[in-house]
Amino acid sequence: MTGFRLPTGGRIDRTQNVNFTWDGTRHVGCAGDTVASALMAHGERIIGRSFKYHRPRGIMSAGVEESGAIVSLWSGARRVTNVKATTTEIAEGLEVFGQNAFPSVRWDLGEVNNLAGRFFGAGFYYKTFFGLTGKGTWEWMQFEKLIRRAAGMGRASHLPDPDHYECVHDHCDVLVVGSGPAGLAAAEAAAAKGLDVVVAEQDFELGGSILTGLTAGVDGDPAEDWLSGKLTGLAGKVRLWPRTTAFGLYDHGVVGLLERVTDHLPKGAKGHLPRERMRIVRAQRIILATGAVERPFAFGNNDKPGVMLASSSAAYAHRYAVAPGARIVVSTNNDSAYGAATRLAKAGIETVVLDMRADLPEAAAAAARSAGVEIRTDRVAVEAQGLRGVKSLDIGQWAGDRALRKGSLNCDVVAVSGGWTPVMHLISHKGIRPTWREDLSAFVVADTGLEPVTLVGAAAGQFSTDACVEAGHKAGEDAANAMNGKRPGPLTETTTDWQQPLAPLWEVKERHRKLKSFIDPQHDVTTHDVRLAHQEGFVSVEHLKRYTTLGMATDQGKMGNIIGLALMAEAQGATIPETGTTVFRPPYTPISIGAVASDERGTHWRPTRHTPMRAEHEAIGGKFTDAGFWRRPWYYPEGGEGLAEAAMREVKAVRSGVGMVDVSSLGKIMVQGPDATEFLNRVYSNPFAKLAIGKARYGLMLRDDGVVFDDGTTWRLTETDYFMTTTTANAGPVMLHLANLLQTRWPEMRVHITSVSDHWGGVAVAGPKARAVLDAITDIDFSDSAFPFMGVREGHMTTCTGEVPVMVGRLSFSGEQAWEVMAPADYCPTMYRALLAKIRDAGGVPYGLEAMDCMRVEKGHVTGRELDGRTTPADVGLGGMASKNKDYIGKVLLGREELARADRPTLVGLVPVVEGARFKAGAILFPMGESTGPGLGHVSSIADSPEMGAWIGLGFVTGGLAEWEGKEIMARNPIDDQNTKVRVVSPHMYDPKGERMHG
Amino acid sequence: MIRIYCPFCGYRDQTEFTYEGDASIIYPALDASEQEWYEAVYLRDNPRGVHVEYWRHTYGCGAFLRVVRDTITHEIHSVELAHPGMKKVVGG
Repeated sequence: MTGFRLPTGGRIDRTQNVNFTWDGTRHVGCAGDTVASALMAHGERIIGRSFKYHRPRGIMSAGVEESGAIVSLWSGARRVTNVKATTTEIAEGLEVFGQNAFPSVRWDLGEVNNLAGRFFGAGFYYKTFFGLTGKGTWEWMQFEKLIRRAAGMGRASHLPDPDHYECVHDHCDVLVVGSGPAGLAAAEAAAAKGLDVVVAEQDFELGGSILTGLTAGVDGDPAEDWLSGKLTGLAGKVRLWPRTTAFGLYDHGVVGLLERVTDHLPKGAKGHLPRERMRIVRAQRIILATGAVERPFAFGNNDKPGVMLASSSAAYAHRYAVAPGARIVVSTNNDSAYGAATRLAKAGIETVVLDMRADLPEAAAAAARSAGVEIRTDRVAVEAQGLRGVKSLDIGQWAGDRALRKGSLNCDVVAVSGGWTPVMHLISHKGIRPTWREDLSAFVVADTGLEPVTLVGAAAGQFSTDACVEAGHKAGEDAANAMNGKRPGPLTETTTDWQQPLAPLWEVKERHRKLKSFIDPQHDVTTHDVRLAHQEGFVSVEHLKRYTTLGMATDQGKMGNIIGLALMAEAQGATIPETGTTVFRPPYTPISIGAVASDERGTHWRPTRHTPMRAEHEAIGGKFTDAGFWRRPWYYPEGGEGLAEAAMREVKAVRSGVGMVDVSSLGKIMVQGPDATEFLNRVYSNPFAKLAIGKARYGLMLRDDGVVFDDGTTWRLTETDYFMTTTTANAGPVMLHLANLLQTRWPEMRVHITSVSDHWGGVAVAGPKARAVLDAITDIDFSDSAFPFMGVREGHMTTCTGEVPVMVGRLSFSGEQAWEVMAPADYCPTMYRALLAKIRDAGGVPYGLEAMDCMRVEKGHVTGRELDGRTTPADVGLGGMASKNKDYIGKVLLGREELARADRPTLVGLVPVVEGARFKAGAILFPMGESTGPGLGHVSSIADSPEMGAWIGLGFVTGGLAEWEGKEIMARNPIDDQNTKVRVVSPHMYDPKGERMHG
Repeated sequence: MIRIYCPFCGYRDQTEFTYEGDASIIYPALDASEQEWYEAVYLRDNPRGVHVEYWRHTYGCGAFLRVVRDTITHEIHSVELAHPGMKKVVGG
């Protein structure tokens, strides 16, 4: 006989059928059922298979502590694996599958592993692969594949998750985690003080322990009447969040919660809702009313389908109206199981209680007896029998430290209670260690110190319902007082309703027989494994955990950890608190990666930055490339050209005529104030004290340690206004650097900085015909005398839709005569179209990043590839820009011996010796004949230069031009085994005297 | 995640701030000795306990804050604006 639906009772809705499938077979449950209760009602016993031995596993609990009934849900892209059947609501159309079994959980070929069980003990994986064939060998790889296949969990879908998730940021005064008697009382008290209260409950129904039927009454009322009264009273006053798990407690009242939004809804009713919602709540006060989890004790074959927790067996009868079996034996070491037994007997189930203690709790025992429970004292479960599930239980007399077998009882369910473990995972996330309570045989957190967190109810070791309500009420009032700056009252005494003390019991052993007793059924960790780990020298609990994998399954040892700890302590001859406790870390229960990512997926996880002229580039067929966050125009192909051909054509067009490139991504900072000049003079390594109004200067910025940080031009607009440009990549860091200096280092300086990167866009117009184009379209005089090199002018550009205000600087990155034309961002599209027409009329072209980079390499101008955080001004050939006549940031440490050494790698130009030969950026430079060691330096940039008719490069060579100019060296690229003979030349390969740009 | 009280903006998430280093360092004058600069740039204590540090409210007002934080518990003992002039005006 197995489980069946009881004719009456339960919190399920019998009028509402819910269809679902179990391994393809159609089943019907009721609204309010979990997968576990619905399968139990159908008489299904084997729901899962264990990790290593493939032993059949049934339903062991009714909650998050489950480590037997682990299943997969849905199919295709929506498949979710390793889900607890005990916490999953059934939904219309839900597909449920057994996992880690072939062909099915009921008939699993992998069960042969069970016969070889003695070889798969603790540390199997670590031991087996030592020296056998050698890690990494072909044999090992094949063996590993087999093992990985056989030992495992569900198989995840390889398809992208079609569901969406969202993240909600929220605040409240008081967050109550848990909706049992203590939690609801706390919420009510806090709300009565006018606080904004949230109650988060992981279950789909509010009520906590009341739902399981273990609580007979609260404050003199029947428990369920009390619950419905409270829920009615709280509705509309506090935010009640069912299906919401508080999975992590972080600093300063930040709590991570996961709400399961649509999984319980029938297909088609989900609409546009997210599957799950991540809620990040900042709470002023947190009340943890997270209850306690019943724990079993270990006995022979205690993993067989039919062995479950005592309170859970009652919960199935009470909440879901399902009898776990026809004849149930309850084995206990404490009073709480009497409530469970009474509840089972009242449901008409034949129930026997084995109490290992000699003294019975009189009142509880009398109540149980009157409900029809048979009670045997001084008896304990020893070994479960039955091939595919419990058929009988061998029982024994408890002789202090081991059991003496005394017959057998026929039964189909063994319900176990070894005591209760308060759920203190969340406070453990804050690093607060619990203390050992001898009377409960449990770790309890009594005092949370400075944290704005209180534990109440069973979570604090309070096992009397009325006392829980009282403590909850006080915690709610204390929270209100604490928010008003009042100190909370003294902690309430914790009490239990128990009449007889709990008799600590972790494992039932026999004198002459070795039982197969599990403490982590999901990962197949037995009591023997713990002792083996001890024998092999594992002392620390953390090591024990990792070696045996105890508590590392999806339930994270909610049931078994404490048993493992107790057995370790016993093996060491120490007490449990001496042996220690493992630290819990978030998440409390598994959370979807999708919910963590929420909307920050694809291109949404970081900004995508476009220049104001994006549409213009797209309209003329520009191709884009990623440069940091930016999408920058790369090249503008004509007639099927690729990147190389287009860039080559663009370079030639600029050098011979005119071209235009978008430079909007440059960082732009306004530096303003009476001390702006002095500020710039300190920030740049070259002098800025005498920059004339209407002139720009190229500046080099160093870090404190003397290494080059950034370069750019700064334009002096008025006596006190400067327009600074930075490299694209350093726009943010430079702004931060300047802000840091002004706010922390030199607060006395009267300087204001403003990022105007987004407010101004711009283009560089370059080439011998640039002057003519700009002169024709603006009201600025572009003649060489009126607008000299490095000059800055403001004026207007004439377009067909009106005038565009522009700010123009005569600067050149390309080596040609060139002007940077800046305009307010909104004017940029108009400016671009007007300029493009003029440039095309003059036979010019728009050019992209590729052509721009080629021209600067030809010219020997440096970028981030050369200013790579390791180079000094002298390294990149700009030693003259490190002023000797003023103080500036980086000057002192730039003078260090190492940075002034003569044989540092310095910037050189590189050209291939053999015509047409190529080399790559990143190649290592060696003297001829050498190919090992650090070499002379490396290639930093390369370009296919139309001017030189060859691939050229910039790089760093120890000794620099002084030692190597004109000599041949090897550029070696060991990745491609590409070796190219190159000649060292001046980095200024194009127009070295600068006649073209000054002309 | 920690929460930091910004005198301009109120309590805000750590994600709005960027950590800007040890605030106990006093940077020497630009013409100070190499030894002084070496000590300021390279020598850092790594205290277990109270630490004075700068946080910038980067995705807020942009102010640099001088925060006294316990590196073990994350308890924040005090927050004030790093710029004395701003501090005088806001009183934070």
